[in-house]
Amino acid sequence: MLKTILRRTGQVAAIAAAGLVMSAQAAEPIKIGSFLSVTGPASFLGDPELKTLEMYVEKINEDGGVLGRPLELIHYDDVGNASNARNFASRLIRSDRVDIIVGGSTTGATMAAVPLVEQAKVPFISLAGAVVITNPVKKWVFKTPQTDRMAAERILTDMKDRGITRFGLISGTGGFGSSGRTQTLDVVEQMGMEVVADVTYSGSDTDMTAQLTNIRNTDGVEAVLNFGFGQGPAIVTRNYAQLGMELPFYQSHGVASDSFLELAGDAAEGVRLPASPLLVPDSLPDDDPQKQVVQDYKAEYEARWDSKVSTFGAYAYDGLMLAVQAIEAAGSTDKEAVREALENIQGYVGVTGVFNMSPEDHNGLEADSFRILEVQNGEWKLIN
Amino acid sequence: MFAEFLQYLFTGITIGATYALIALGFTLIYNASHVINFAQGEFLMIGGMATVSLTAMGVPMVLAIILAVLLAGVLGILLQRFAIAPAKQADVVTLIIITIGASIFIRGLAQLVWGKEYHVMQNFSSDEPIRIFGAVLNSQSLWVLGIGAILVVGLVLFFTRTLIGKAILATSMNKEAARLVGIRTQLVLMLAFLVSAVLGSVAGVVVAPITFTSYDIGIMLGLKGFVAAAIGGLGSGIGAVVGGLLLGVVEAMAAGYISSDYKDAVAFSMILVVLFFMPRGLFGAKVVERV
Repeated sequence: MLKTILRRTGQVAAIAAAGLVMSAQAAEPIKIGSFLSVTGPASFLGDPELKTLEMYVEKINEDGGVLGRPLELIHYDDVGNASNARNFASRLIRSDRVDIIVGGSTTGATMAAVPLVEQAKVPFISLAGAVVITNPVKKWVFKTPQTDRMAAERILTDMKDRGITRFGLISGTGGFGSSGRTQTLDVVEQMGMEVVADVTYSGSDTDMTAQLTNIRNTDGVEAVLNFGFGQGPAIVTRNYAQLGMELPFYQSHGVASDSFLELAGDAAEGVRLPASPLLVPDSLPDDDPQKQVVQDYKAEYEARWDSKVSTFGAYAYDGLMLAVQAIEAAGSTDKEAVREALENIQGYVGVTGVFNMSPEDHNGLEADSFRILEVQNGEWKLIN
Repeated sequence: MFAEFLQYLFTGITIGATYALIALGFTLIYNASHVINFAQGEFLMIGGMATVSLTAMGVPMVLAIILAVLLAGVLGILLQRFAIAPAKQADVVTLIIITIGASIFIRGLAQLVWGKEYHVMQNFSSDEPIRIFGAVLNSQSLWVLGIGAILVVGLVLFFTRTLIGKAILATSMNKEAARLVGIRTQLVLMLAFLVSAVLGSVAGVVVAPITFTSYDIGIMLGLKGFVAAAIGGLGSGIGAVVGGLLLGVVEAMAAGYISSDYKDAVAFSMILVVLFFMPRGLFGAKVVERV
């Protein structure tokens, strides 16, 4: 009995292997490598990213692939751990021999892989946020999300438009909040504004009334900005409403998702924040070049996975499309040619923004790609 | 100036009352068995999460709360029956490690069942905050304080007026002697777990509208509750209440007057100071070694 099963399995395997060899001869696949935080604490990033990659690789292959060759996605789950990310990046380069890497959900994972890709000379498009990834420019490293610095610039510009120059800053002590705080303080000087109160809270704090009271009692505060991530900003928003504070209130792009609306409830009324147009696909003006891309991505993602689209998945969409465009422009998978093509992409209209890459700018986005939204009647409303 | 102080005080007392309820749970089990139950924070989480998911299924709020507390109580008994009781003869440190394992297990289960998102719970009464001398107080804070006070009084009566309460006290004082006079100490231990699970879950339900709730809310709140219990003197009921309130107020004052960066540092250095001068905590029992 066992023998027959074994023999049969052997036969099936042989047939399958033969099939593989044959299709490989027909067209050698283009290998796209990826390491993402699909599970673990950063799974809210990695999960939609992987779904997006899988879905669009499939779709591109149905449409005939790239340069007449199918795409093959090779992905690993780094569980949000930087040393795993480094190992997987090494495996992608050495044993899978991928043509390009699109991945790295967190800044930690990305930075762990950077020395490897630089050394092995493989084009790498990161999906993580921090400004250090592309500043200073690294020859082989690109990224799709805007930096926290751009978010700070966008918020401060909006404040200035409303005639606000002195504001209170409250930030989380986690990586996102503290990096955002540093960038904000930096941008403030350039724009001739002033942070009059600067307080923090830790990620597990359950009440920020004391910090907000401190800001409220500072002389000359005209607005409040909260740079933070997770449930903290929602608690800050609720405490803000309870204290009856009337000053204009800004949040960062870290909470630009529907779950923030749900957690903060009525307290979120009037809050402004910079966000991806993906949150308001239908309110974009018709002449907005991104409108079509954003609507299509949202519709396709939600039809396929039956779950809400997220800004993070859009980073992966842009990463994959940039890679495809670069390979097409290069006409081959020659790594140096693809890298150069990536660096010269101009006017690619993505979900996150319009990318204009250059040898000095491996991100290619402007602060304008963030839209300023305001919460009105429990929904996101496009301001500009 | 006064309004500012009052605001910090309100904030401190609210969060302090939560710490106090968790600390009481620690105290109860510690008294009955000398075990520090590190799964105490998980009872809190079960209370909040079960209430939220039951109300989401359409169960009326009051019924949902009762069911959630019952669920936590059953979990407390199961924890004692299947994790603590089988290791009867083990020493206290082993039992404490078992409770840490159990807490990780419960948290993992909760993550599978309820997911990793944060959830909101409605205030019990109005959402409108109450204004007193220029400071504002969340109406839910009154619920936390009121229910906390009722539970503390209830516990005092339970330990001084009922036979079961006295049996728990007797077991904590001398296990062998208690067994000799006919107290079933295993049953007493189970009861202690049940009561402290109920306490923890009630705390979880009343604070959920303020703090939100998620599968890992118990880690930090549980730890702070333990700190409060240690400051008050492990094993003392009054100590747990005073320790909790003190910790909450000191945290809020530090965040308001010194710097929010040092808030936790101030709270934790307070334990060092208290334990340095009073090694058994503020209200800890005097231990007399008989030779």
